[in-house]
Amino acid sequence: MNRPIVHLFALFTLLFTVLVVFTSRWSVLEAQSLTDSAANRRPLLEQQKIPRGLIYARDGTVLAANRRVGSRQTQRYVRRYPTDSLFSHAVGYSFIERGRSGLEQSENSVLTGTGSEFATLVQELSGEQEGDNLRTTLDSRLQEAARSALGSRRGSIVAIEPATGRVRAMVSIPDFDPNSIPDSFEELSSEPSSPLFNRATQARYPPGSTFKVVTAAAALDSGRFTPSSQVSGRNNKRISGVPLQNFDGEDFGQVTLTEALIKSINTVWAEVGSDLGKREMLRYMRRFGFGTEPPIDYPRNQLAPSGIFDRRGRLVEPDDAIDIGRVAIGQERLQVTPLQMAMVAAAIGNDGELMQPTLAHRAIAPDGRVRQRFRPDRLRRVVSPSAARGVAGMMTSVVERGSGTAAQLQGVRVAGKTGTAERGAGINQAWFIAFAPVERPRIALAVTVEQAEGTGGEVAAPIAQRLLEVALGARGATSSGPAAAGGF
Amino acid sequence: MVSARLRELLGLLPVGLLVTAGFTAVLISRTEEVSNLSLTYGAVFLGLCVFAHFFIRARLPDADPYLFPLAALLAAFGLVMIYRIDEELARQQAQWFVLGLAFFCATVILLRDHHSLERYRYTIAAASIVLLFMPRLPLIGAQTNGAYLAIKLGPVQFQPAEFAKVGIIVFLASYLAETRDVLVRGRVPRLSLKHFGPLLVVWGAAMLMLVFIRDLGSSLMFFGGFLALLYVATSRISLVAVGAAMFAAGAAFFASNVSHISDRISIWLDPFRPKVVDDEGYQIAQSLFAQADGGLFGTGFGRSLLELPGGGTILPAADTDLIYALIVNELGLFGATAVVLVYLLFAARGFKVALLARDGFSKLLAAGLTAVFAMQVFVIVGGVTRVIPLTGVTLPFVSYGGSSIVANLVLLALLLIVSQDARRDPERAHGGLA
Repeated sequence: MNRPIVHLFALFTLLFTVLVVFTSRWSVLEAQSLTDSAANRRPLLEQQKIPRGLIYARDGTVLAANRRVGSRQTQRYVRRYPTDSLFSHAVGYSFIERGRSGLEQSENSVLTGTGSEFATLVQELSGEQEGDNLRTTLDSRLQEAARSALGSRRGSIVAIEPATGRVRAMVSIPDFDPNSIPDSFEELSSEPSSPLFNRATQARYPPGSTFKVVTAAAALDSGRFTPSSQVSGRNNKRISGVPLQNFDGEDFGQVTLTEALIKSINTVWAEVGSDLGKREMLRYMRRFGFGTEPPIDYPRNQLAPSGIFDRRGRLVEPDDAIDIGRVAIGQERLQVTPLQMAMVAAAIGNDGELMQPTLAHRAIAPDGRVRQRFRPDRLRRVVSPSAARGVAGMMTSVVERGSGTAAQLQGVRVAGKTGTAERGAGINQAWFIAFAPVERPRIALAVTVEQAEGTGGEVAAPIAQRLLEVALGARGATSSGPAAAGGF
Repeated sequence: MVSARLRELLGLLPVGLLVTAGFTAVLISRTEEVSNLSLTYGAVFLGLCVFAHFFIRARLPDADPYLFPLAALLAAFGLVMIYRIDEELARQQAQWFVLGLAFFCATVILLRDHHSLERYRYTIAAASIVLLFMPRLPLIGAQTNGAYLAIKLGPVQFQPAEFAKVGIIVFLASYLAETRDVLVRGRVPRLSLKHFGPLLVVWGAAMLMLVFIRDLGSSLMFFGGFLALLYVATSRISLVAVGAAMFAAGAAFFASNVSHISDRISIWLDPFRPKVVDDEGYQIAQSLFAQADGGLFGTGFGRSLLELPGGGTILPAADTDLIYALIVNELGLFGATAVVLVYLLFAARGFKVALLARDGFSKLLAAGLTAVFAMQVFVIVGGVTRVIPLTGVTLPFVSYGGSSIVANLVLLALLLIVSQDARRDPERAHGGLA
């Protein structure tokens, strides 16, 4: 009976070898695909066991910190947002129950320390993993000013440094307290005012006359117009075969292009747009960033492209029928995000060169070393420096003696453009885009207010003035108020 | 030459080292400081092992010197893993180990000669069958994951299959030792029902287990043990092939007709389907995720992700059925391979006992006990690693569970008794030193 016993042992050796082979299959050979499996909650739970990196404003204010919970065995870190709702949209949130949003999502690899290969090797050897801290470009003073300037009015403000693309403020009202996300996510997401929705990057608003800045830039850069070109401001011009009215039906006669921007004459800019033609206008729009999501370090699912949308809500193609004259004055299903309009102002303020908008400033290792600097990145030249300076001059006149006087500062020249898109009887989408100082712009911004009972010049320009005061340390030239505003 | 018992004592040294190092590692990962509690645990466990060693020295002086240290190594290892999961469970497991050692000693003392078991073979067989089907009885039966594997007597849960496996092997060894001549010599067509009858009964019992206990794993374990014995008894592959084919046919029939078994098989084939992965496939999916987390070297004792923030463990049944997944998680492929190797060494020593045994019954008993033990390891580790459908049997000596520890220590006692009988010095035997 001994031979079969030996055979039996051989059989079990074989069977146990199969066990080892399968163990290596799961633990090594196919480990990566198992770890990446959507049903595997381990990576999420593991990430909670390491402290996430902190998020700071540029001035050092802590925007996201960690709270330690649980007993020794189940110890984990839960996010805490010391500034409550102030940075809710820009910073976002990160909770295991609800996932992530904002910078918490787009910079997750930095914050969990999985960003650089070298870091993970060290962490693997030491057995300790810790995320890198993130310093953002956001300025807590400006952010605070922007939020209090909007107050309880729904709307959004985006402020960018024209020369670097760094986002200094990003506000969307209504906002939410990220600390309350685990408890009240359901309520927040079903709220009709959509507080979780980042109006700065996702809302598609009609831009109104602020879009005339794009048209003006295209007109000057094409070489066919100068700021002093004579144009006709007659009312009821036929644009694409349909008569177009000026604001209040006013008739202007022969004016310069600068005058046409100061008075925001619809018929002039519609005619300029028609003259330039659809392809030319679309080309300049694309250069400003329209048609795609802005290349900002922010989650793609929280970004919307700006552009001309068809009735089904899709971006139109160049071959589609478009009333380009009405697009040129910000009508005709043209929809924009506040971020896009801030990029327009920043590009003009930066001599026609568009910088990539960024929220991340640098990644700092737990020991204080700078792990990564997010340097300013030039996206593209949009218009020539001379065209940009021409438009800047025209916009300066808008603030000096046009519809944007409410944004004037003492001793600092401001360039701006108002916008007022009618949304109903006496209810407007109010806009103001601006940059200052004109000679060497340090800040560009877009301000918009939903459901405003006034024009862009009355509602949005004073808000911009307060922000410019804070950003530049200047004083407003006039006591801000609707009385000072000339128009729309 | 170093005596067998000295080798056994030396074999216990790594056990002591492992248990002390293991507890220390778990404690460090938990409190970041070493308390002398880990040393106490190690010392107490080692004390128990040394006691058992002296007991074996007195009663079974010539028995195999490696079997007990291997079992102690596995038990020590299991204790560390269980301690890592839950301190209280580890304390209970240590108590079970003490009880198991009591059963071990009682078996050795009461059963001076294992041949006396042959006289009671039908009683043992009947008792084993009754044990197996007890979980289906009302009031005391308990169902887990659709299988009937445990009975509940008040607060005590008890897995009768663990004991039944020893009883059935004793019966089969005894039965086959007597009838093997007929089975070996007879041509298959001429074998009468009289000889085949009991084999058909075993097959029928395995099929019944499939239906009543609904557990593919334990019936595979029993039938595998039976086929191994049949092969050792007859050396006839043909008989084994017929038996295997019958089992496969029966299993296939029930797999397509009993929903519980067919569910198990479809989960086994694809546990990652949406819906299934969070429901019936949760166990095996979590087992594989835990192993993937282990990699080559594992996370280290006590460092894997186990406890969920809301309480409970991410790896279900981490202390019993899925303990192997936790081992892969914390000790990696290398550690797990070492554990499998220890089982293989145990099987090697068990078969060695069978090789050295002097009579048919002893050979069959040792081979059968070893085979069913190894089969159990294959069934549970194979289930956890998705070689076969996952079913609920314990990993011998390692998993938490009183029945498992006690039954496997009894199995070890039987192997050592057979070994003592095989290796004893004939002269000393005549001197009456049993």
